[in-house]
Amino acid sequence: MFNVQHLSYQVGRKSLLRDVSFAAWPGELLAVVGANGAGKSTLLRLLSGDLTPSWGELWFDNQLLANIPAAELARHRAVLTQQHTLSLAFKVRELVLMGRYPYFRGQPSAHDHAVVQQALATVGLSDLAERSYPTLSGGEQQRTQLARVLAQVWEAEGGFLLLDEPLTGLDLNHQHHTLAVAKALVKRGFGVIAVLHDLNLAAQYADQVLLLRQGETVAYGPPAQVLTPDHIQHAFDISVELLAHPSLGFPLIVPVPR
Amino acid sequence: MPAVAALPSPTTTAPLAPPPVELGRRLLLPLLVGLLVVAVLVSAGAGAVRIPVPAVVGILLHKLGLSSGLAFEPQQEAVLWAIRLPRVCLGVLIGAALGLAGAAMQGLFRNPLADPGLIGVSAGASLAAVTTIVLEVTLLSALREWLGFYTLAVAAFAGACGTTLLVYQLSKEAGRAVVATMLLAGIAVNALAGALTGLLTYAATDEQLRSITFWGLGSLGGASWLTVLGVLPLLALPLLLLPRLGKQLNLLALGEDQAAHLGLPVTSLKRQLIVLATLAVGTSVAVAGSIGFLGLVVPHLVRLAAGPDHRVVLPGAALGGALVLTLADTLARTVVAPAELPIGILTALLGTPVFLWILLREKRQRLM
Repeated sequence: MFNVQHLSYQVGRKSLLRDVSFAAWPGELLAVVGANGAGKSTLLRLLSGDLTPSWGELWFDNQLLANIPAAELARHRAVLTQQHTLSLAFKVRELVLMGRYPYFRGQPSAHDHAVVQQALATVGLSDLAERSYPTLSGGEQQRTQLARVLAQVWEAEGGFLLLDEPLTGLDLNHQHHTLAVAKALVKRGFGVIAVLHDLNLAAQYADQVLLLRQGETVAYGPPAQVLTPDHIQHAFDISVELLAHPSLGFPLIVPVPR
Repeated sequence: MPAVAALPSPTTTAPLAPPPVELGRRLLLPLLVGLLVVAVLVSAGAGAVRIPVPAVVGILLHKLGLSSGLAFEPQQEAVLWAIRLPRVCLGVLIGAALGLAGAAMQGLFRNPLADPGLIGVSAGASLAAVTTIVLEVTLLSALREWLGFYTLAVAAFAGACGTTLLVYQLSKEAGRAVVATMLLAGIAVNALAGALTGLLTYAATDEQLRSITFWGLGSLGGASWLTVLGVLPLLALPLLLLPRLGKQLNLLALGEDQAAHLGLPVTSLKRQLIVLATLAVGTSVAVAGSIGFLGLVVPHLVRLAAGPDHRVVLPGAALGGALVLTLADTLARTVVAPAELPIGILTALLGTPVFLWILLREKRQRLM
């Protein structure tokens, strides 16, 4: 689990994140939402160890994150970043196999190959396994990277996935498919922390929501408590109405022009 | 709800046969080893005193204390042992080092056009070598007395290490070397070293100019067993250690942050790569002058044949570099015999068209 206590991050005099506290458990999907520049990606980069907190503490599985050896951490949490620039023309299968690198020296085992196969099947890319990554469409590249990240923590006990805007560039079907995959992993005991833009998707899939505004927590808790018109008005500076869906058990968030 | 592929539980994974490895990838390394052996035997026999391949094999077996039925003359044995073999060995070592360093730098900079020259290795070595040649009488005579013939090599090596260190220090931000800054710092340091080299060249006498020119064009002509034994420990480190970094370099292709998320110690990997590549190129430039294009072109050819996996590209670039330099040196010694062509000219003459061909081929593939 991630335990975040009074986390702050500052560059020079500019504060990007101020006193954020929350806990993310295995078996939960935590959605981080907020306006552009609210500190969502900064938070994820702190959680993934790219940045070092200015203040506050970051615990992962009861150890300080900074004290966990990189190789061990790599077997328990995987990160899907926003930007993917691959400098060499690897094949889809080779790229997904890189998710297994923390598990083998020298040559991959048959088990590693099997995990790659299953990760590819999970994101629906089995047919493109032998294609060269640069020849794929943006959405297919995004799903290939998701498969790599899945392969990395495939059998980790209480493993965590950190997803930074995983839906960018995906069509409607694959947006839902990606979150459905995340949700299925959560059912299997994984923890998922995802930066999301679409509040309706957050309402539909998240177990917990963290709403940020200018680096500070506006609200944190189950979607129904966090995604209220007042909170959203405060965080995004736009009026919304919540409509109860007749059959699905979550509200629809609709912007209302003033 | 869209159809979701059921997540198979990890415990039920049936072991699958590993996917087939492509032919080019599987055959490349054995093929290169075979070609290199042939090239070494042919190259050792070529020259003013011709030694046929069976005689070369006979002499080598004889030196190992094995008697074979293969006939050779004592003169052939003397020429092969004292002149040809040390030169061929030096060529193999330096070619392998340059190919390997090129592949490593392309992996580090995440740019297939990178070259060890980019971080100032060659420019620093040249500056130091030219300084030694031009200022020998006044400043470095004491050093020259002590090191004798190796003054130039030692100075060039020190120059290579010095500039690389400078570029590395300039590119550090909060303890991490930023690769993009390193590239820019490399360009600046290269320009400065080039200007200083030009200044010294301007002040040089005619005789010194000739030394400078020949040093700059590169040659394996100075090879002796002493040179080979001198460079062996310096080249052994990069030749043995760089090929083991294949997996790490593959991860670096994903990006530095992404590689770190997969547990790669990025900072220490970058340091290792820079130190080993500098060792390889600095040593090569020190004993053989600057031999261009090898480090750039050979890794490209290997990737063309076997794909981008560094676990194949690194050993492939080492073998390919050794093969190309052995062949180029054979040509350099024989085409204008009894004179010799500087080998740097040959590698650039042969390398440029090959490189352009690769560029055009990639452009065509992108357009299709």
